[in-house]
Amino acid sequence: MTTTIIAGHDVEVNEEGFFVHPEQWTEDMAPDLARTEGIDPLTERHWQVIHFMRKEYDEKGTGPTVRVLGKTSGVSVKELYELFPKGPAKVAAKIAGIPKPRGCI
Amino acid sequence: MSNEPIQKVSIIISRGALEGVYPGLIMANGARAEGIEANLFFTFFGLDVINKKRHESIKLATVGNPGLHLATWVGGFPGMSTLMTHYMEHQMEKLDIPSIPEFVEMIADTGAGIYACKASVDMFGLEKNDFIEQVQDIITVGEFYEKAAGGQIIFT
Repeated sequence: MTTTIIAGHDVEVNEEGFFVHPEQWTEDMAPDLARTEGIDPLTERHWQVIHFMRKEYDEKGTGPTVRVLGKTSGVSVKELYELFPKGPAKVAAKIAGIPKPRGCI
Repeated sequence: MSNEPIQKVSIIISRGALEGVYPGLIMANGARAEGIEANLFFTFFGLDVINKKRHESIKLATVGNPGLHLATWVGGFPGMSTLMTHYMEHQMEKLDIPSIPEFVEMIADTGAGIYACKASVDMFGLEKNDFIEQVQDIITVGEFYEKAAGGQIIFT
Protein backbone atom coordinates (compact mmCIF):
# COMPACT_ATOMS: atom_id res chain seq x y z
CA MET A 1 0.00 0.00 0.00
CA THR A 2 1.26 3.44 -0.90
CA THR A 3 -0.02 6.95 -0.67
CA THR A 4 -0.11 8.88 -3.90
CA ILE A 5 -1.40 12.27 -4.96
CA ILE A 6 -4.22 12.30 -7.50
CA ALA A 7 -5.70 15.62 -8.65
CA GLY A 8 -4.21 17.25 -5.55
CA HIS A 9 -5.63 14.75 -3.05
CA ASP A 10 -3.72 12.20 -0.94
CA VAL A 11 -5.03 8.76 -1.81
CA GLU A 12 -4.08 5.26 -0.65
CA VAL A 13 -3.67 2.69 -3.44
CA ASN A 14 -2.55 -0.96 -3.51
CA GLU A 15 0.39 -2.44 -5.51
CA GLU A 16 -1.74 -2.58 -8.66
CA GLY A 17 -2.95 1.01 -8.32
CA PHE A 18 -6.49 0.28 -7.11
CA PHE A 19 -8.02 2.46 -4.40
CA VAL A 20 -7.85 0.98 -0.90
CA HIS A 21 -10.61 3.31 0.30
CA PRO A 22 -13.17 3.88 -2.50
CA GLU A 23 -14.73 6.67 -0.42
CA GLN A 24 -11.58 8.74 -1.05
CA TRP A 25 -12.49 8.92 -4.75
CA THR A 26 -13.96 12.06 -6.27
CA GLU A 27 -14.98 12.68 -9.87
CA ASP A 28 -12.21 15.20 -10.48
CA MET A 29 -9.65 12.40 -10.02
CA ALA A 30 -11.00 10.35 -12.92
CA PRO A 31 -9.28 12.24 -15.78
CA ASP A 32 -5.87 11.89 -14.08
CA LEU A 33 -6.46 8.21 -13.35
CA ALA A 34 -7.56 7.66 -16.96
CA ARG A 35 -4.45 9.36 -18.34
CA THR A 36 -2.28 6.95 -16.33
CA GLU A 37 -4.14 4.14 -18.13
CA GLY A 38 -3.55 5.75 -21.52
CA ILE A 39 -7.11 7.07 -21.90
CA ASP A 40 -7.39 10.75 -22.76
CA PRO A 41 -9.86 12.41 -22.90
CA LEU A 42 -12.71 10.73 -21.02
CA THR A 43 -15.81 10.80 -23.21
CA GLU A 44 -19.44 10.73 -22.17
CA ARG A 45 -19.44 6.96 -22.90
CA HIS A 46 -16.48 6.42 -20.57
CA TRP A 47 -18.36 8.34 -17.87
CA GLN A 48 -21.44 6.18 -18.36
CA VAL A 49 -19.32 3.12 -17.53
CA ILE A 50 -17.53 4.84 -14.61
CA HIS A 51 -20.81 5.93 -13.02
CA PHE A 52 -22.19 2.44 -13.50
CA MET A 53 -19.13 0.95 -11.78
CA ARG A 54 -19.61 3.24 -8.78
CA LYS A 55 -23.31 2.43 -8.59
CA GLU A 56 -22.71 -1.34 -8.73
CA TYR A 57 -20.00 -1.09 -6.11
CA ASP A 58 -22.21 0.97 -3.79
CA GLU A 59 -25.05 -1.52 -4.15
CA LYS A 60 -23.15 -4.81 -4.16
CA GLY A 61 -19.80 -4.09 -2.56
CA THR A 62 -17.93 -5.34 -5.62
CA GLY A 63 -17.35 -4.12 -9.16
CA PRO A 64 -19.11 -5.79 -12.13
CA THR A 65 -17.37 -8.15 -14.57
CA VAL A 66 -17.20 -7.39 -18.31
CA ARG A 67 -20.17 -9.68 -18.90
CA VAL A 68 -22.32 -7.85 -16.36
CA LEU A 69 -21.18 -4.52 -17.78
CA GLY A 70 -22.10 -5.64 -21.29
CA LYS A 71 -25.54 -6.79 -20.19
CA THR A 72 -26.55 -3.96 -17.89
CA SER A 73 -24.47 -0.79 -18.32
CA GLY A 74 -25.98 0.19 -21.66
CA VAL A 75 -22.58 -0.19 -23.35
CA SER A 76 -21.95 -3.36 -25.42
CA VAL A 77 -18.96 -5.66 -24.86
CA LYS A 78 -17.54 -4.56 -28.20
CA GLU A 79 -17.73 -0.88 -27.33
CA LEU A 80 -16.42 -1.52 -23.81
CA TYR A 81 -13.20 -2.90 -25.30
CA GLU A 82 -12.99 0.08 -27.65
CA LEU A 83 -13.34 2.47 -24.70
CA PHE A 84 -11.02 0.51 -22.38
CA PRO A 85 -8.72 -1.60 -24.59
CA LYS A 86 -6.65 -2.90 -21.68
CA GLY A 87 -9.63 -4.62 -20.05
CA PRO A 88 -12.93 -2.77 -19.40
CA ALA A 89 -13.84 -4.09 -15.93
CA LYS A 90 -10.30 -3.79 -14.61
CA VAL A 91 -9.41 -0.39 -16.06
CA ALA A 92 -12.82 1.19 -15.42
CA ALA A 93 -12.66 -0.03 -11.81
CA LYS A 94 -9.29 1.65 -11.38
CA ILE A 95 -10.55 4.93 -12.86
CA ALA A 96 -13.73 4.71 -10.76
CA GLY A 97 -11.68 4.21 -7.59
CA ILE A 98 -13.14 0.83 -6.65
CA PRO A 99 -11.38 -2.53 -6.04
CA LYS A 100 -10.54 -4.82 -8.94
CA PRO A 101 -13.52 -7.07 -9.81
CA ARG A 102 -12.71 -10.71 -9.03
CA GLY A 103 -15.07 -12.69 -11.30
CA CYS A 104 -13.70 -15.36 -13.66
CA ILE A 105 -16.18 -14.72 -16.47
CA MET B 1 12.20 -16.87 -16.71
CA SER B 2 11.37 -13.29 -15.83
CA ASN B 3 8.10 -12.19 -14.30
CA GLU B 4 7.15 -10.06 -17.29
CA PRO B 5 3.35 -9.84 -17.62
CA ILE B 6 1.87 -12.08 -20.35
CA GLN B 7 1.04 -9.98 -23.42
CA LYS B 8 -0.55 -12.53 -25.70
CA VAL B 9 -2.02 -16.04 -25.63
CA SER B 10 -3.18 -18.43 -28.34
CA ILE B 11 -5.51 -21.10 -27.04
CA ILE B 12 -6.25 -24.32 -28.90
CA ILE B 13 -9.57 -26.05 -28.19
CA SER B 14 -9.43 -29.62 -29.48
CA ARG B 15 -12.33 -31.26 -27.65
CA GLY B 16 -16.04 -31.27 -28.28
CA ALA B 17 -17.31 -32.18 -24.81
CA LEU B 18 -18.70 -29.50 -22.50
CA GLU B 19 -15.96 -30.02 -19.90
CA GLY B 20 -13.32 -29.86 -22.62
CA VAL B 21 -14.61 -26.60 -24.08
CA TYR B 22 -15.32 -24.26 -21.17
CA PRO B 23 -11.77 -24.07 -19.75
CA GLY B 24 -10.36 -22.73 -23.02
CA LEU B 25 -13.22 -20.25 -23.40
CA ILE B 26 -12.82 -19.01 -19.84
CA MET B 27 -9.07 -18.60 -20.34
CA ALA B 28 -9.54 -16.67 -23.59
CA ASN B 29 -12.19 -14.39 -22.13
CA GLY B 30 -10.16 -13.92 -18.95
CA ALA B 31 -7.09 -13.00 -20.97
CA ARG B 32 -9.00 -10.26 -22.81
CA ALA B 33 -10.43 -8.98 -19.52
CA GLU B 34 -6.84 -8.50 -18.34
CA GLY B 35 -5.96 -6.67 -21.51
CA ILE B 36 -4.02 -9.64 -22.91
CA GLU B 37 -4.27 -10.25 -26.65
CA ALA B 38 -5.98 -13.61 -27.35
CA ASN B 39 -6.56 -16.00 -30.25
CA LEU B 40 -8.79 -19.08 -30.19
CA PHE B 41 -7.99 -21.92 -32.57
CA PHE B 42 -10.56 -24.73 -32.92
CA THR B 43 -9.40 -28.13 -34.09
CA PHE B 44 -10.80 -31.70 -34.28
CA PHE B 45 -14.01 -32.03 -32.26
CA GLY B 46 -13.44 -28.54 -30.92
CA LEU B 47 -14.88 -27.44 -34.28
CA ASP B 48 -18.35 -28.24 -32.88
CA VAL B 49 -18.05 -25.07 -30.80
CA ILE B 50 -18.13 -22.91 -33.93
CA ASN B 51 -20.30 -25.20 -36.06
CA LYS B 52 -23.71 -23.54 -36.60
CA LYS B 53 -25.52 -26.89 -36.49
CA ARG B 54 -23.77 -28.20 -33.40
CA HIS B 55 -22.75 -25.36 -31.09
CA GLU B 56 -26.04 -25.41 -29.20
CA SER B 57 -25.89 -29.12 -28.43
CA ILE B 58 -22.47 -29.66 -26.86
CA LYS B 59 -22.72 -32.29 -24.16
CA LEU B 60 -20.93 -33.40 -21.07
CA ALA B 61 -19.13 -36.74 -21.50
CA THR B 62 -20.71 -39.26 -19.15
CA VAL B 63 -18.79 -42.27 -20.46
CA GLY B 64 -15.07 -42.51 -19.87
CA ASN B 65 -15.20 -39.59 -17.48
CA PRO B 66 -14.01 -40.76 -14.06
CA GLY B 67 -14.39 -37.22 -12.71
CA LEU B 68 -18.14 -37.74 -12.57
CA HIS B 69 -17.78 -40.68 -10.16
CA LEU B 70 -20.55 -42.58 -11.93
CA ALA B 71 -20.47 -46.31 -12.59
CA THR B 72 -19.51 -46.83 -16.24
CA TRP B 73 -22.78 -48.62 -17.08
CA VAL B 74 -24.80 -45.76 -15.55
CA GLY B 75 -22.92 -43.21 -17.68
CA GLY B 76 -23.84 -45.16 -20.79
CA PHE B 77 -27.56 -45.20 -20.00
CA PRO B 78 -29.66 -43.65 -22.81
CA GLY B 79 -30.24 -39.96 -22.14
CA MET B 80 -27.66 -39.82 -19.36
CA SER B 81 -25.40 -37.37 -21.17
CA THR B 82 -28.34 -35.07 -21.93
CA LEU B 83 -29.53 -35.23 -18.33
CA MET B 84 -26.10 -34.47 -16.86
CA THR B 85 -25.59 -31.69 -19.40
CA HIS B 86 -28.87 -30.06 -18.37
CA TYR B 87 -27.88 -30.34 -14.73
CA MET B 88 -24.48 -28.78 -15.40
CA GLU B 89 -25.99 -26.00 -17.52
CA HIS B 90 -28.44 -25.25 -14.74
CA GLN B 91 -25.61 -24.99 -12.21
CA MET B 92 -23.68 -22.68 -14.52
CA GLU B 93 -26.70 -20.51 -15.18
CA LYS B 94 -27.02 -19.95 -11.44
CA LEU B 95 -23.46 -18.61 -11.48
CA ASP B 96 -24.30 -16.50 -14.55
CA ILE B 97 -21.84 -18.42 -16.76
CA PRO B 98 -23.00 -17.95 -20.37
CA SER B 99 -23.97 -20.82 -22.67
CA ILE B 100 -21.29 -21.87 -25.19
CA PRO B 101 -22.79 -19.98 -28.19
CA GLU B 102 -23.24 -16.82 -26.14
CA PHE B 103 -19.76 -17.13 -24.66
CA VAL B 104 -18.08 -17.48 -28.07
CA GLU B 105 -19.99 -14.46 -29.36
CA MET B 106 -18.88 -12.45 -26.34
CA ILE B 107 -15.25 -13.52 -26.75
CA ALA B 108 -15.36 -12.42 -30.39
CA ASP B 109 -16.74 -9.06 -29.22
CA THR B 110 -13.77 -8.64 -26.88
CA GLY B 111 -11.59 -8.55 -29.99
CA ALA B 112 -10.13 -12.06 -29.70
CA GLY B 113 -9.33 -13.87 -32.95
CA ILE B 114 -11.47 -16.94 -33.73
CA TYR B 115 -10.01 -19.48 -36.18
CA ALA B 116 -10.78 -22.97 -37.49
CA CYS B 117 -8.09 -25.55 -38.23
CA LYS B 118 -7.88 -26.32 -41.94
CA ALA B 119 -6.85 -29.97 -41.56
CA SER B 120 -9.87 -30.70 -39.35
CA VAL B 121 -12.25 -28.68 -41.53
CA ASP B 122 -11.13 -30.70 -44.57
CA MET B 123 -11.29 -33.97 -42.67
CA PHE B 124 -14.90 -33.41 -41.57
CA GLY B 125 -15.88 -32.15 -45.03
CA LEU B 126 -16.88 -28.72 -43.72
CA GLU B 127 -16.59 -25.26 -45.28
CA LYS B 128 -16.65 -21.62 -44.18
CA ASN B 129 -20.43 -21.27 -44.24
CA ASP B 130 -20.86 -24.18 -41.84
CA PHE B 131 -19.39 -21.96 -39.17
CA ILE B 132 -20.75 -19.12 -37.09
CA GLU B 133 -20.05 -15.63 -38.45
CA GLN B 134 -17.50 -14.89 -35.70
CA VAL B 135 -14.99 -17.28 -37.31
CA GLN B 136 -12.48 -15.03 -39.01
CA ASP B 137 -10.70 -17.59 -41.09
CA ILE B 138 -9.82 -21.24 -41.71
CA ILE B 139 -6.07 -21.45 -41.23
CA THR B 140 -3.25 -23.96 -41.51
CA VAL B 141 -1.05 -24.96 -38.62
CA GLY B 142 1.71 -22.80 -40.08
CA GLU B 143 -0.56 -19.77 -40.15
CA PHE B 144 -1.57 -20.53 -36.59
CA TYR B 145 2.07 -20.35 -35.48
CA GLU B 146 2.44 -17.05 -37.32
CA LYS B 147 -0.57 -15.64 -35.46
CA ALA B 148 0.72 -17.05 -32.17
CA ALA B 149 4.16 -15.46 -32.62
CA GLY B 150 5.43 -13.56 -29.62
CA GLY B 151 2.91 -15.11 -27.22
CA GLN B 152 2.12 -18.21 -25.21
CA ILE B 153 0.35 -21.25 -26.68
CA ILE B 154 -2.13 -23.20 -24.55
CA PHE B 155 -3.51 -26.54 -25.72
CA THR B 156 -6.77 -27.77 -24.26
